[in-house]
Amino acid sequence: MGAEPRRVVGRSVPRLDAREKVTGAARYVTDLALPGLAHARLWRSPLPHARIVAVDAARAAAAPGVLAVCTAGDLPVAGRRYGPAFRDQPVLADGIVRYAGEPVVAVVAETEARAEAAVRRLDVRLAEEAAVTTLEAALAPGAPLLHAAPERAGRFRDLAGLRPVPGTNVCHLWRLERGDLAAAFAAADLVVEAVYRYPALSHHALEPHCALARVDAGGVTVWSGTQHPFAVRQELAELFGLPLAHVQLIVPLVGGAFGGKCYTKLEPLAAALAARVGRPVRLALSLEESAHTSCRHAVRVRLRTAVRGDGTLLAREAEVALDTGAYADIGPRVATKAGYRAAGPYRIPALRLEARCVYTHNVPAGAYRGYGIPQVTWASESQMDAIAERLGLDPLALRLRNLLAPGEEPVAGDTPMDGDLAGGLRAVARAAGWGGPVPAGRGRGLAVAMKDGGGTHTVSTAVVRVHADGSVSLLAGTVELGQGARTALAQVAAEELGVPLEAIHPAVPDTALTPFDHGTSASRSTTVTGLAVQAAAADARRQLLALAAPRLGVEPAALALRDGLVVGGAAPLSVAEVVRGHFGLVGGEVTGVGTFVPARWSGTLGGGTVFWETGMAAAEVAVDPETGAVRVHRYVSGADVGLAINPRECAGQDEGAAVQGLGPALFEARALAAGQLLNPGLVDYRLPTFADLPDVLETVLVENGDGPGPFGAKGVGESGTFCAAAAVGNAVARATGVRLTELPMTPERVWRALRAAGRGAPPEGAEAQPTPGGPSSSMV
Amino acid sequence: MSELPVTLTVNGEVHALRLPPWETLVECLRDRLGLLGVKKSCDVQVCGACTVLLDGRPVSACTLPAFEARGREVRTIEGLARGEELHPVQAAFVEAGALQCGFCTPGMILAAVALLEESPAPTPDEVKHYMRGNLCRCTGYKRILEAILAAARRLAADGR
Repeated sequence: MGAEPRRVVGRSVPRLDAREKVTGAARYVTDLALPGLAHARLWRSPLPHARIVAVDAARAAAAPGVLAVCTAGDLPVAGRRYGPAFRDQPVLADGIVRYAGEPVVAVVAETEARAEAAVRRLDVRLAEEAAVTTLEAALAPGAPLLHAAPERAGRFRDLAGLRPVPGTNVCHLWRLERGDLAAAFAAADLVVEAVYRYPALSHHALEPHCALARVDAGGVTVWSGTQHPFAVRQELAELFGLPLAHVQLIVPLVGGAFGGKCYTKLEPLAAALAARVGRPVRLALSLEESAHTSCRHAVRVRLRTAVRGDGTLLAREAEVALDTGAYADIGPRVATKAGYRAAGPYRIPALRLEARCVYTHNVPAGAYRGYGIPQVTWASESQMDAIAERLGLDPLALRLRNLLAPGEEPVAGDTPMDGDLAGGLRAVARAAGWGGPVPAGRGRGLAVAMKDGGGTHTVSTAVVRVHADGSVSLLAGTVELGQGARTALAQVAAEELGVPLEAIHPAVPDTALTPFDHGTSASRSTTVTGLAVQAAAADARRQLLALAAPRLGVEPAALALRDGLVVGGAAPLSVAEVVRGHFGLVGGEVTGVGTFVPARWSGTLGGGTVFWETGMAAAEVAVDPETGAVRVHRYVSGADVGLAINPRECAGQDEGAAVQGLGPALFEARALAAGQLLNPGLVDYRLPTFADLPDVLETVLVENGDGPGPFGAKGVGESGTFCAAAAVGNAVARATGVRLTELPMTPERVWRALRAAGRGAPPEGAEAQPTPGGPSSSMV
Repeated sequence: MSELPVTLTVNGEVHALRLPPWETLVECLRDRLGLLGVKKSCDVQVCGACTVLLDGRPVSACTLPAFEARGREVRTIEGLARGEELHPVQAAFVEAGALQCGFCTPGMILAAVALLEESPAPTPDEVKHYMRGNLCRCTGYKRILEAILAAARRLAADGR
């Protein structure tokens, strides 16, 4: 049976949701309605830091169709706070506003338009306080403190090691030291050092945040586009003082998330308002409001690396600072991962890595595809090329010399490298024509990175229900964000169970019905939820064969399930015949259950790394010397997927991630001034468009069948974003001799750097390119 | 509240409505007519998720007052397939894997239909230029480009 060719897994079958999505039949949270639905709109603070002096709600409350006007004190959850790392975030600003755009007052009315009209009749008096809106200001001695002593939420194993620094705005300080750093730096032939900056970004999933809530005698029910229905359920249970079983999160199709819908966002406010007015409430944000709900951390990385003349990395020192905004959200975990991966995917004997997660009076920053790895990879991989230039080495050869080998531990005790970094990088370099002739006026650049994939200490359970007609319900808590998880999990279930893909029907995640799943993030669904699904399908298959065996007069071990038929007996028996035969004509069902619990309970990140998600990229660019405009002509991205359950969808994940990564490389950034987000909407926040698609965009899927997931798979989805900025930056440096250290590489920035380099003096934010093979010395 | 009598033809069906003058076409189509395949996202005519065809030309329903569509033919994603048979552009999107979350997909498909009406055999650069007003955050556009080119070939082969 083991030698049977796979029938469903490994095939690029069309997505199960493709037809509903091309016909407009797909339904998202923003499309839902409930009987008696009321609508909420919010008054948001225009100031980044202020005391709330008074709220005059009389005119708003008297407006037509208004059901309630609520400030923090009017809510049934008054005084309670939420957050996945610290309970630091109030449901509405409570006495103090901590960022411009923070919700202060909520109005519930019969229609959205009436709620909006009433919001405009509110009279809110604020007293402005001094705000810290940059990392430098927030870290300065004597800076005003956002939260004096934030309370640990205590929900996640990997966050048990949270280290706030008392008396500062640092809500988490992560450190890792190993080896003799001073000796390594003293013995080095070359030391390079630079400060790199990565801007804050807006997720801009096209579907803005939205939640519908109903509160009744049965408890709290919320429809939301959350990536973490079970974590949100737990927070709602705590906020409302209810048992978990009395809180129900239902997640229909989600119109993109990219981390912006991780953990709790609108759900407590929607539920509190529903409780307050005694009717279901819909709270739907505009895209601009979504940009005031979460964002990607702006990051500053000071990186110093010691190298031997032959290119061997000896030591690295990294200081990573992340602007996590007014509430920590999942920032501390982003900081830990960013700090750890500032080492890059390399073998470095001496390390001193430090990451600070810093409160500021900005919009809270949280998860964003790659959890800090794109930011530190910009720094680390730019510096690798700077090293190659200084030593006169080929950037590919320098990387190959230092990459972690399969089986090597990044630091002692952590999961050994489970992929072939060097093989993947070579494949990408080959596809990009590395080492071959480069067209005039162009440059090529490489980058490689890794991240812990699958989440840290995460758990999933899945249930497979085989019905009396042979159709199968697949119950798993993975949310379909567009990544194709429902299709991939259905393929895993069909393969393992031995039924056609058409027999599998994945259920909508619903915490009252679908079993526990940690959440849809960290490229974990195919691997971790996939293992639970595979185990559940295997459990159901064993039961079916055991039921069929006596009818066929053979041992279960002699039987197999193939294409929905039990074979190995005198005549094939369909799954429906097995189920009906056992239960009789009234029907019944066979239920298989599978659970994944991580084997390893410790590690650098506070738990075991399920697998290492690796990404590699090569870019070929041209730079217009007159305008500074960078055009990406060719972009090759590599993703080690172990085994592709659905190759086309794997490649689609990687391509989408790559183009998403080209945004901050070239033009995308949140424009911030004194705590104000100047470009919340799409008129002046530039996202990648069709016109930015490189002439050639290619994905190399590395499939060595070595992943820990079902059939040798491992996760994909984040890795395509890791390398984009550094690969483009390295290509720009090789095309022009100018290396930028701050993103995005806008035409103006590139033009100024070119002009400055022409005069022989590097401007701020750029390093001039030293002559290869020049004297060994520190760069800064 | 003064309302205007507005007659709209949507997917071939005539609707006699009374609309406030400020009601946008996206509100009218979604909230009054229940055509939820029309997506609302940026509200500022940038992302293209709300794209519908007005007399065959793509428009952003988020900023167009519904009364501007009076007496004209509106086509939404719901009006594209012929019964169970997908329009060739829809079929090409399915086959090429040109969608992920699907939120941009209705607008993207309608814009592509308009493109292929205007230019039945576009070059890749023409497609990229024409489709700049439709954003996709998931796919990176490559497979959407492939789908549109494949649909053009299919339409030509079918003699449409």
